[in-house]
Order: sequence, then structure tokens, then C-alpha cells
Amino acid sequence: MISFRYKLFLLVTLSAAFLSYSALLYFADSKETQPANALAQKGKMLWQQKNCTACHQLYGLGGHLGPDLTNVYATRTEEHITTYLKYGSPVMPDYNLSAEEQTALLEFLKYVNTTGVAHPASFLKHTNGTISQP
Amino acid sequence: MEQYHNHNTKHTASFIIAGLFLLLAALLFGLAAASEYAFPGLWRNTFSFEKLRPLHVSSAVFWIILAAMGSVLSFLQQHREEKLKYGFLVKWQFFMFLFSFTAILISYCFGIFGGREYWEFHPVFSVFIAAGWGIFMIVFLSNVKTLKQQPVYVWMWFTGVLFFLFTYIESNLWLIPALRNDLIKDMTVQWKSYGSMVGSWNMLIYGSSVFLMDKIAGNKKYSFSTIAFALYFLGLFNLMFNWGHHIYTLPTQPYVKHIGYAVSMTELFIFGRIIYLWRSSLSTARKNFHIIPFKFLAAADAWIFLTLGLAIAMSVPALNVYMHGTHTVVAHTMGATIGINSMLLLAFAYDIIPQTNAFKKQINRGYLLLNSSLAVFWLTLIIAGFIKSYRQFTEPQFAYGDMMKSLHPWFYVFFISGCFLAAAFFMVILPLFKGLKRG
Repeated sequence: MISFRYKLFLLVTLSAAFLSYSALLYFADSKETQPANALAQKGKMLWQQKNCTACHQLYGLGGHLGPDLTNVYATRTEEHITTYLKYGSPVMPDYNLSAEEQTALLEFLKYVNTTGVAHPASFLKHTNGTISQP
Repeated sequence: MEQYHNHNTKHTASFIIAGLFLLLAALLFGLAAASEYAFPGLWRNTFSFEKLRPLHVSSAVFWIILAAMGSVLSFLQQHREEKLKYGFLVKWQFFMFLFSFTAILISYCFGIFGGREYWEFHPVFSVFIAAGWGIFMIVFLSNVKTLKQQPVYVWMWFTGVLFFLFTYIESNLWLIPALRNDLIKDMTVQWKSYGSMVGSWNMLIYGSSVFLMDKIAGNKKYSFSTIAFALYFLGLFNLMFNWGHHIYTLPTQPYVKHIGYAVSMTELFIFGRIIYLWRSSLSTARKNFHIIPFKFLAAADAWIFLTLGLAIAMSVPALNVYMHGTHTVVAHTMGATIGINSMLLLAFAYDIIPQTNAFKKQINRGYLLLNSSLAVFWLTLIIAGFIKSYRQFTEPQFAYGDMMKSLHPWFYVFFISGCFLAAAFFMVILPLFKGLKRG
């Protein structure tokens, strides 16, 4: 039987470690090479308000009905992306986005593309089971 | 043998009943959302997927939260062997959640969003949820004054109650522009909070299942044992530090991934223990299988084994890269929320809401259909995930629409098994409503 003191000690120690780890992450230096400009920031809010994540992923996190858009800016032209934003597709509805909203979302996707690579096949796999960005 | 009494379950049962209605809503919206995979564009012009998915996911999450709170309050009352203090606060807590959950679902129907994945609602609703949880915390802490001489389930409830509030507030840190505008940091904190939050409600649910197992066994030997506390601390350690496995592909701080990887591997101990105790749990199952709550506990045990096995495989980064972003992750989520959480919550519901033998046949049939259709549903998603992964690695320039088309046969099976799953849930839920009417 573990004594109450020991149990309390474990709980407090683990909680202190958890809080320190949390603080370390909140105040860690940014990993981004290019910060989001005002238009990209607006685009991010639109991404949330239109709930784009229900169908699309960023870094493989999000819905599965549409493709991952992390690096869409690198693989498709601006015109191609704008056409989808303007008219949707046979599955994606037309959200009646204004020209300003379309530009903001495009700028957000441009910014996301600068943050890293998401295609699973591009990751480097190491013998200890870890992976790293290409 | 210990005696337990269901003291005035009226307040606590209302959490379970409201939760069951939300479960029915989750099934309805889930079927509509699944039909969009089988028949693309079906709801495009009427009730598109960006509404259907949060309606399904939030209803399911709200079912889990409400039923978990209801079971904790009900079992806490039985544990203390007297009525809960501050009963009026429990009423406030219930109405706070009922109001915010209903308002959130209505807001989705009107296309009002603003949050992020899983908590897509407008952030104003977060205030009500946090306040409701605050009341829950006050009720819990005023009824459990000390952890001294308490069984493991009280420790589990205590940490679940505390950590949920912390992680829920943390999931709203994106409201601070400095954090929100740094996408990588924002996503890191988002998935940190989500990982720990799921761990927190699991603490509430697993705590209740330990209580119920004790109740069925008729003694509290296990809940005071060293192994019970060792497993509790291992669970807590994972709740705090294993969430990194959600974001292996995100270019965040490398130590996040290393810590997540190392900590997740400690779950192998739990996995090994399940295999080691397999024979004895089988004989316990044979002995108690006539008890309806025990049936659901036993099913959850099998799903824990399958889901944990998949989770451990997904926690190895070099394997995760093949599964991340595919339907295999959805299979894992469904295994956890339906196979584990819902089975356990149904076990609690059958213990809290009085039953007669009138529906025994229907419950047994529903139980069998529930588990068999879930197995097909789960396997289909894993196969779809493997096919997606294979195409991602062998045809890097594939058209997404073509890939989705190649998955259609599996989406049909997924949809049909989903229909059976919903029917099975209905078969096992209906007796609970009737039991409540009688009780």
C-alpha cells in the first residue's frame, strides 16, 4: 500500500512538471521564419469562422472530405485556389466570399506554406523510430 | 460485502438522460455526415458538411461530458453514503450546460462558428462551459474534503475535474493574438490541450468504472491497492505528457515529439497487463455477464485492448507518418469514443437508472449488434486509411478526388455499418428511457 504522503508527493511533483512544461511551450521562441501579416491573420480568422477545418487539414489535422491545404500554395496556382474559393466544387459549397475575403484566405494559405512541409512521403525516417521535416 | 444505495438519483440521472438525447443527435448527424462520404455532394446545397461534422462531433463530446459528470455525481453520492451537499448548485450546473450545449448546436445550424476543430462554436459559449465546470468543481470539492484515505477512483475524479478546467481554458488561449498569429505555436498548444483534455474526461469515466467494478465485486480491495494507484499515476503521467503524438508532423519544438514518443511507450505496460490478465478477466466476465452494466464494462475492456494497440502503433513517429491524416486516426477516435467511452457510460447509465427484466432480450440483441457493427465500422476505417496512405506514398501527385473515388466501396460499408450501429444504440438506449419513466 502506497502511503498518502508519497501519493501526494507524486501528484504535486507531476503537476509542477506539467505546469513548467506548459509555460515552456507558451513562451518558447517561434519556429516560424516568416510571421503572419495582417491579411494572413484575417485569413486565419476566416478559416475558423467558415469552419474550413471540417473538411480540410493543416499538417494532417482536420477533416478528410477535402485535401490537406498546408502546401497547396506551392503546388497550385493562385488562380486555381481562387476558383475554388469563388465557386466551390461539386462537394464544396459556394460560400459567397467577397473578393477581400478570398484574398485574405489566399494570403493565409501562402503564409501556412512558409511554416513547413506536410506531405507524409517527404518526411525523413530515422532508425530510432523518429521522423523529421525534410 | 459492501452495500451501496442510489440516494436521490433524480438530479444526477438528468445528466445521463440529457446525455442520451445528445447521443441520439450525434448518431443522426453522424449518419448524415457519413452519407456525404458515400454520396459526395448530397448535402452540398442544403446542410453542408461544415455544419454536419461539428453537429455530430459536438453532440458526441457533449454526451460524453454530461454522462461523465452525471456518473461522477451519482457515484460520489453512493461513495459518501449520503445526499450530495449543495444540491441546488448541481441544478445550476445542469442548466448551464444544457443551455450552452443547446445554443451551440443551434448556432451550428445557422453556420455560426469561430472556434477550432472539435470546439468549433463561437468563443462566447466557452464562458458558460467554463462557468458550468467551475460549479461542478465547487460541488465536487465541497463533497470530497480530503484525498486522505480515499480510494483510487476519488483521486481519478479529482484530477479529472481539475485538469479538464485547466485544459479547457488552455484550449481557448488562441483568443490571445500573440499566440493565435503564430500558427505552429497555436497548433502545438491546441493539441496539447486536446490531448490532456481527453485524458481528463477519461479520468472521470475510468474512475467511475473502477467504482462500478468495486460495486459489482462487493468490496473495495482493488481501489486501495498499490497496482490501482500505480496505474492511476501512469495514466496521469500520460495525460500530462503523451499528447505530442498528435503532432509529430508539425514543425514544432523537437522535444515535444521526443517526450510524446517516450511517454506514449509507457502505455505498453498497460497493454501488457491486459494481455497478462486476459484469462482471469475472462473468468470474471463469465461469472458476471448476466449483469447488464458488467456486459458493457466487458465490451469496453475488449475495445480498450484494440484501441490501445492501435494508439501505441500510432505513437511511434515512423509508423505514425503512415497513419496520420488518414481514416486510421478516425478509426482510433471511434474506437475510443464509442468502444470505450460510450460502452462505459452505458454501463453507468444501466446502474443508475433502475431496470426490470422486461427488455433483457432487446438489450442483449442490441449489445451484440452494437459490438459487431462497431467492429465492421472500425475495420473499414482502418482499411480506408491504409489505402489512402498507400496512395500518398506511391503516387505523391495523386488527385484527391480520384483517391476519394477509389475509397467509395469502403465508404459504402462504413455508411451501412454506421446505420446498424445507430439502430443498435437505439435498441440499448430505449430501455433506459422506459426505465426512467417507470422509476
